[in-house]
Amino acid sequence: MKKLGMIANGVRQDIVRMLVEAKSGHPAGSLGMADILTALYFGIMRHDPKNPQWEDRDRLVLSNGHICPVLYAALAEAGYFEKEKLLTLRKLGSPLQGHPHRGPLPGIENSSGPLGQGISQAVGMALVGKMEKKDWRVYSLLGDGELNEGQVWEAFMLGAKYKLDNLVAIIDRNNIQIDGTSDDVLPLEPLSEKFQSFGWNVVVIDGNNMNAILHGFGMASSCEGKPTAIIANTVPGKGVSFMEGKFGWHGKSPNKEEGELALNELGDARKKLEAI
Amino acid sequence: MTTHLQDAPPDMHLVPDIFAPAVPKKASRDGFGKALLALGEKDPNVWALTADVSESTRTHWFAEKFPGRFVQVGVAEQNLAGVAAGIAACGKKAFISAFAAFSPGRNFDQIRVSVCYNNSDVKIHASHAGLSVGPDGASHQILEDIAMMRALPNMTVLVPCDMEQAKKATLAAAKLTTPAYIRTSRENSPVFTTPQTPFEIGKANVYRDGKDVAIFACGLQVYEAIKAAEELKKKGIDAAVIDMHSIKPIDTQTIIQYAKKCGVLVSAEDHQINGGLGSAIAEVLCEPQSVASIQHPTTLVRVGMKDRFGESGNCAELYKKYGIDAAGIMKAVEEILKKKPE
Repeated sequence: MKKLGMIANGVRQDIVRMLVEAKSGHPAGSLGMADILTALYFGIMRHDPKNPQWEDRDRLVLSNGHICPVLYAALAEAGYFEKEKLLTLRKLGSPLQGHPHRGPLPGIENSSGPLGQGISQAVGMALVGKMEKKDWRVYSLLGDGELNEGQVWEAFMLGAKYKLDNLVAIIDRNNIQIDGTSDDVLPLEPLSEKFQSFGWNVVVIDGNNMNAILHGFGMASSCEGKPTAIIANTVPGKGVSFMEGKFGWHGKSPNKEEGELALNELGDARKKLEAI
Repeated sequence: MTTHLQDAPPDMHLVPDIFAPAVPKKASRDGFGKALLALGEKDPNVWALTADVSESTRTHWFAEKFPGRFVQVGVAEQNLAGVAAGIAACGKKAFISAFAAFSPGRNFDQIRVSVCYNNSDVKIHASHAGLSVGPDGASHQILEDIAMMRALPNMTVLVPCDMEQAKKATLAAAKLTTPAYIRTSRENSPVFTTPQTPFEIGKANVYRDGKDVAIFACGLQVYEAIKAAEELKKKGIDAAVIDMHSIKPIDTQTIIQYAKKCGVLVSAEDHQINGGLGSAIAEVLCEPQSVASIQHPTTLVRVGMKDRFGESGNCAELYKKYGIDAAGIMKAVEEILKKKPE
């Protein structure tokens, strides 16, 4: 548990460094999901960074592509590519595109960006796994604002139809989107009931608590006959106090000074973790 | 009276008595369905998906035989394209079928990003395209799909002229591991090509040589163009007819060859004149290397829908009213030849 906490802290520091260097990007969602990505790549998923195309790997499909800094940081930490590449984010010629592009960067399962598209691809992958009786699983990350898109509900219905219990959708319930809180922009509640009525198993967790995250994934894998939605209540900007809970940080990168402040804070948190 | 198409090059192997009523009429969508079934039998990695139109798109033949590789997504075309991309990401070849008005009509973004940006092995079969869908009216008569699809990187765009060619186009598209768009019709039309007629993506078929004007057509307009050429011959006009089944990649060489030879070109399609086959030909003609090669001014008349919506009616009535049948093509040819400098 301590090890996972340390990794998540490192991922957060990398996110801040990348975004300061890139001068644009999406910090809030990236920081908020650092714990879940850490849990997936360092605890839950069956994968091999040395063999990214391994047929029997679990797949992670990022549907809300804009939080890719957290994915890139986790992939680099896991050893899919050299960490130095992280600082090329959003720069000309870099495989670390502003929104993910499958192909040039090992470990990226799908190109994404326009919201709603990843979950459909995740359903397609899970269908292949199900129909061909494979034991690998598919994890798809979605933002809560992304649930405004009609396409996701098409995908949720199909996932239930084919009883895709090899599919887990993780909803980043951070309650922010570009124009404000999700309650203001387009209310989603009652969200659990929505998923239940769509035929999904629902698990609600604190998405910034490693114990809760691991427990949530355990609940998902023991569910049969239904896909699982993990509604992860997260704090956007988690770990950097001046970003936490502020929708203004959805799509604005920290400048150099803000980056230093953030890294100092994360460094202090790391020392506390080490002391445990 | 003979109806034999006397000027058809023998290597094109068209049916001998091309205008005889005995020439069977079938819809190009049937050719897709047959090819899909054949592909399914040959390759266990071929999957098929549809959005509540399996019978209309002739995907049901595959579905009945291979239920374990068939996915019914419901009336959800955006999901259709995305799920197919996910299936393709697992090493499969995914064919999606729906009405062209809805796929790509309402899932352009999914085709652009999930299919094309991923460079997925997804084939998009769009049936019921164009005015030919008839009585359903303008909302269902998509006339903009070729424009949308040919603008996309990684995409191949095929518009077969009859049932037989639709079969070949489907089989040829299946050989690619990249995205392809196959546009078919619901309307039964003469099956005038044969199993021996050549088909190569990117290589136009010249069905009739001619020196006065060259008619470039795709889809159901190919047969209309052949009819037009026969009538024009009686009036002493020697028209070439070229089947442009591949809109992308386009056969630049054949376009330049006939621009050199005739100087006057006509395009004919069941599509808006903006963005379709006619536009694609115009783009080729004004490339610097084309201009340098042709060495004389070339005129192109685009026969198609002139920036407007269709309406209800049967296919023949609509083709006549909007001037995209044989008579419309003839008229376009005669008008432009009148203006041609000696």
